Amino acid sequence: MTHYVKAWILALGLILTPATLSAQEALPEAPSIEPAAASAVEAADAPAATAAAPSGLDPELYTPMKPTPGIGMPVDGGVDFQQQFSETGKQAHWINNAILVPMMFGVSLIVLGLMLWVVVRFRRSANPEPSKTTHNTFIEIIWTVIPVLILVVIAVPSISLLANQFEPAPEDALTVKITGYQWYWGYNYPDNGDFEIISNMLSEEDADARGEPYQLAADNRMVIPVGKPVKLLITAADVIHSFAVPAAWFKLDAVPGRINEKVMQIDREGVYYGQCSELCGARHGFMPITVEVLSEEKFNDWVRANGGTVKGDEAADEAEAETAANDNTTDIASAEAVAATN
Amino acid sequence: MTTITADGHLDDHAHDADHKPAFFQRWFMSTNHKDIGTLYLIFAIFAGIIGGAISGLMRLELAEPGIQYLQAWASMSNGTEASMDQAYHLWNVLITAHGLIMVFFMVMPAMIGGFGNWFVPLMIGAPDMAFPRMNNVSFWLLVPALLLLLGSSFVPGGTGNGAGTGWTVYAPLSTSGSAGPAVDMAILSLHLAGASSILGAVNFITTIFNMRAPGMTLHKMPLFVWSVLVTAFLLLLALPVLAAAITMLLTDRNFGTAFFDAAGGGDPVLYQHLFWFFGHPEVYIMILPGFGMVSHIVSTFSRKPIFGYLGMAYAMVAIGVVGFVVWAHHMFTTGMSVNVKMYFTAATMVIAVPTGIKIFSWIATMWGGSMTFKTPMMWALGFIFMFTVGGVTGVVLANGGIDDNLHDTYYVVAHFHYVLSLGAVFSIFAGFYYWFPKMSGRMYSELLGQLHFWIFFIGVNILFFPQHFLGQQGMPRRYPDYPDAYAYWNEISSIGYAVMLVGVVIFFVNIIYSMFAGRKAEGNYWGEGATTLEWTLSSPPPFHQFETLPQIK
Repeated sequence: MTHYVKAWILALGLILTPATLSAQEALPEAPSIEPAAASAVEAADAPAATAAAPSGLDPELYTPMKPTPGIGMPVDGGVDFQQQFSETGKQAHWINNAILVPMMFGVSLIVLGLMLWVVVRFRRSANPEPSKTTHNTFIEIIWTVIPVLILVVIAVPSISLLANQFEPAPEDALTVKITGYQWYWGYNYPDNGDFEIISNMLSEEDADARGEPYQLAADNRMVIPVGKPVKLLITAADVIHSFAVPAAWFKLDAVPGRINEKVMQIDREGVYYGQCSELCGARHGFMPITVEVLSEEKFNDWVRANGGTVKGDEAADEAEAETAANDNTTDIASAEAVAATN
Repeated sequence: MTTITADGHLDDHAHDADHKPAFFQRWFMSTNHKDIGTLYLIFAIFAGIIGGAISGLMRLELAEPGIQYLQAWASMSNGTEASMDQAYHLWNVLITAHGLIMVFFMVMPAMIGGFGNWFVPLMIGAPDMAFPRMNNVSFWLLVPALLLLLGSSFVPGGTGNGAGTGWTVYAPLSTSGSAGPAVDMAILSLHLAGASSILGAVNFITTIFNMRAPGMTLHKMPLFVWSVLVTAFLLLLALPVLAAAITMLLTDRNFGTAFFDAAGGGDPVLYQHLFWFFGHPEVYIMILPGFGMVSHIVSTFSRKPIFGYLGMAYAMVAIGVVGFVVWAHHMFTTGMSVNVKMYFTAATMVIAVPTGIKIFSWIATMWGGSMTFKTPMMWALGFIFMFTVGGVTGVVLANGGIDDNLHDTYYVVAHFHYVLSLGAVFSIFAGFYYWFPKMSGRMYSELLGQLHFWIFFIGVNILFFPQHFLGQQGMPRRYPDYPDAYAYWNEISSIGYAVMLVGVVIFFVNIIYSMFAGRKAEGNYWGEGATTLEWTLSSPPPFHQFETLPQIK
């Protein structure tokens, strides 16, 4: 279907514009969605296949997860929103697709239908004598009241969505502080020893080597635990940036001198991409956001790999001092467990 | 108005309604509302060509993934080999210039300066505008304004030449983020364009309140005049706020103030509040005169009076009033509190009601009519449907919770191009074809007009409709390049531009043809459906009209 539409549009463009952009000539092979979908299924079976390039971190503790094609990123020729992996994201997606899209089609088609009807029925040859009607209070009331009712129907779920989106994080929620710089992101983990991850866009070669989409992939990722509300504190160091993850229905500006707070919760392990969404200068288009969502255990390992501290580790350390001999074996065991789940 | 009364001979000439001054005096020192209107229209067409060409460059670059042309263009502008960052900066300069030119130098001059100047005095039966010299000043302020903006592209603006801040000029990117004189020039350009519009607004309000022909009460005033009146009030109230905001930018940049610098106790979000307090009424400024024109055209070609005249007039007033209390829906992601977000969600949706009243009243005007489908009517019909499509996506974006995903994506780009590029621009074309013979005395070619409409209509839909899909998929605005997944719809969008371009070329062919070979136009070439006062005059009207004021019953 899309191929057909595309061919048609292309033909039209070429007929009407002999001097169409020369760039257009090299595009006959329409991008196909099926292979991507197929590989998505394959990859979904092994979501945590390790990426080719090393992250520079202890590979026993952390290796970057490979993204699942079509998940957490745009798909070729896609028309809908990205698949949602958060509660509020699913709710918002539902409101859009179940309420707003039908409203849009309904209103547009009613207007189009009425216009086509008047064009056919009241063209001069069909209706040579125009009527002189200029008022009809009843119908004017109708077309004022009905839109109001439609808006109320939209407003109720919309307001409840807003309330849910502003649900504060529980007190023990993990906090990640995000800082926008020209032109990269910094992720601080104040609950885990306040180490900072500096996240730059991967070059095209590196992205290809790691099997990640160019312009979405970053060298170091923001990592959060799965299925838990995470408190994001967002700010910027120079100009305004905006932190966005479409698959989590998340976007919040990074404003210098302010700290914006919002909860992010992603319910599936995986890699999710986003892009800076507020014009921030020359390389605005080239400071992507890569979020990796891991199980609690693997998240803790990632923290350790970055030299951070994990809650409960201090207690473990004391125990460690007492039973130094055992310690090595348990560490290895847990590392093996991680490898197994991978 | 004739100041040369000392010489009896000149005085005699002044009494001749069709006496025209010599070329320089007529076009450079004009006090005639019709000549000034013509100047505005020529200016708008000129600016439209530049702004449209810039969007052509952007669609060319976006036609496929990767950076193909930007670096070469930046090198051309630099005179030396440009770095990749300078190429990216050039992109930001292009989007900034496209936005500012289309808003301040194309749509506003065409609608308010052009059609407003030409037809407000004619429609209310006035001999001219209330302040003819101020009218001339407000046009001639626009010329240096455009020159400053265009000139800013050739001086340093941070990473490269030109102001790369976006048309919104957000601080701190526009203050600490853009060294060099380019942004200062762009700000001064906005000051001049703003002053020009304020003078125009004062002139229109005075003219409409004081110079209506005897018997023309406010409730008998043509809807286009109503629309310009509401627009003039919006300009008068909104533009000073913009002027204040950009003046603060200027002092932040040059004189060490910190209005928008958090380190000095200021707040970057304050700038956004000030900007959008102007910026949201601005979008109604760009569309309201279009509403007025479309009303006349629909009525003329249905041979039927406007349905629900009072509702139509007060719907525009309501849109103008509510338009002032919804600005922060442009700032849903800046980190506002839940209550503020709920308020702006609800208030924004309210605007759909008066807008709906207008759409349905236009359809009701056609209902029972005896319709013909000349070019202006086609543009008006296209306007009504396309504005509806742009309107319903506006209702989606009004929801703060939904907007979290769509904010600053191509969905927003698609939305505002549906209401502006397919709304405001369609109404400008509608008005242009409707009144071109009245202004020039020559009929346009109906065949070329229809061709222009259909090709342009198909082109802009191919151009902008796929951008909804890109936005829903998450593609951010103001990006010179994109991941491969966005390639498909971007390519189609660029093809749409090429189709649209063919339509625009036909438009220019039509103008040139009509100027030289068009049939002579009668006074009222649309016949009985055209009932406002401009149709009682010859085409073109005499240099000075209504020396005896018409009496309205």
